[in-house]
Amino acid sequence: MNKAALCAAGALFALVATGALADNAPDPWPGLVVDIFQSRPIADANGVIALEAPARAEDAAIVPMTIRFSDPSQIKSATLVIDQNPMPMAAAFTLGDKSGVGFIETRVRVNSYSNVHAVAETGDGKLRADAKFVKASGGCSAPAVKDQDEAVAHTGKMKYREFKSADASKREAQIMIRHPNASGMQMDPVSRAYLPAHFIDKVEVFQGDAPIFTMEGGISLAEDPTFRFTYAPNGAKTIRVEAHDNRGGVYKGEWPIGDAS
Amino acid sequence: MLRFVLGFVAAIAPLLAAQAAPGFSLNEIAPGVYAHQGKTSLMTRENLGDIANLGAIVGDDAVAVIDTGGSLIEGRAFLAALREKTQKPIRYVINTHAHPDHIFGNGAFVETGAIFVGHKNLPRALAARGPHYLSAFRDQMGDALDGVTIVAPTLTVDETMTLDLGHREIVLQAWRTAHSECDLTILDPKSGVFFAGDLLFLQHVPVVDGSLLGFLEVADRLVAIKATQVVAGHGPLPAPWPKALEDQRAYLTRLTADLRAAIKKGEGVAAAAKTAGGEEREKWRLFDDYNARNATAGFAELEWEGP
Repeated sequence: MNKAALCAAGALFALVATGALADNAPDPWPGLVVDIFQSRPIADANGVIALEAPARAEDAAIVPMTIRFSDPSQIKSATLVIDQNPMPMAAAFTLGDKSGVGFIETRVRVNSYSNVHAVAETGDGKLRADAKFVKASGGCSAPAVKDQDEAVAHTGKMKYREFKSADASKREAQIMIRHPNASGMQMDPVSRAYLPAHFIDKVEVFQGDAPIFTMEGGISLAEDPTFRFTYAPNGAKTIRVEAHDNRGGVYKGEWPIGDAS
Repeated sequence: MLRFVLGFVAAIAPLLAAQAAPGFSLNEIAPGVYAHQGKTSLMTRENLGDIANLGAIVGDDAVAVIDTGGSLIEGRAFLAALREKTQKPIRYVINTHAHPDHIFGNGAFVETGAIFVGHKNLPRALAARGPHYLSAFRDQMGDALDGVTIVAPTLTVDETMTLDLGHREIVLQAWRTAHSECDLTILDPKSGVFFAGDLLFLQHVPVVDGSLLGFLEVADRLVAIKATQVVAGHGPLPAPWPKALEDQRAYLTRLTADLRAAIKKGEGVAAAAKTAGGEEREKWRLFDDYNARNATAGFAELEWEGP
């Protein structure tokens, strides 16, 4: 990421930015369009993609976000961006062919008052975005790991859940991965060492051998990354997950598809 | 212009503190044990972050301070009020955990030469959260945040530690993750006063920033502490011990049960956070500021229960 360009673009566009951001906070979105989407034009969502986000981040470390697709067959990928976070690109989902993903719900960290963008790339290569403004959490809430010892002790543990889907043609499932998903960077005042970053950077989810989605992400995803989603069943007997972190950790899970849906 | 204004505020901050001292209540709740009750509120510019209960225990030789308040201004007012009660050296400043309303006043005590004391996880928590707290609270507190620095402990407690203040030995105990990942309590056996930090909330809805199940378990273990009175982290003081634990236990139990039911039904976290714990609303202050947050974090924790 070109930080200088990002700052310059942010400062320039802040003059014309509108919206509910605080007066003194430059709008980083124009710079993010340059960095993440190579300045490609981004059209309004027009119903193709919809972002559900809470008006206020209750817990800054665990903010639920849901991306919905009206016609999954049109969608190649969807990118979730927390504009004001230190690493704004939270997750980029690439949908499998014929996966039929109707929505993906995940949880992110929100550091401060921020616009959140969900950007879809459709089959014709065009981008469409929906956005929501999220107020920062109050009180002593911080976008930090709750219990670092527990997070480290259980890293890599996975859990699979199924739900009755509201859409009879689809199945609904949730993948949960224990991981601190820590940003690092802070200094431990006792050891005087900088805590190294440790986060999930890729998750692949399959039914049988067919990809449902692949997620590439970073430290804006919440601790213990989780993904709840619907998909069109292809007759496969299992859901399979492979996750990778930035230190080379590989975590795998496979579960039989049950009768929940 | 902005720099001038900030400079001016910084220049008069010590004067504000000195003036604030007479209005800063610090009451002797038992012989040699002092406590200050914070307002049941969020931290704001107007209240100078004065929302947490603070304390001090005075032995024959020295003083231990328990938490320092939510701003440098409050910390200085606390120090000035304490100096009106005793001139004995402040040997220890004990932080009960990492939250801003308990530690932002630490800077006021640096010049006393006191040793800062905390849970073994407190340095790590301050490293991870301190920079965020300093930037996030600027919005809420404005220039009342000026001068606040993050002061980490140099003496840390793994399990228990006894500090001798001169014919007065106080017992510090570090707990597993509960309200936060660095909760530390202080018992003064001589007076029977127990400083619970934020392992106890009264009237102010409990805040879960560590582990809902851990909070419930620790609250159960706290019952065994041999004390007669308690100073909660927030709310009226002193309160009868261990009866003061009952309301908090009811809240945490209700929230846990509601969240387990929502998870079993397959509800999502956002929906569950809107309703879980709702029956407790009328019993607590600041419910709408914290309950949905507790429910959100609790949901993410309880979701891992079971197969």
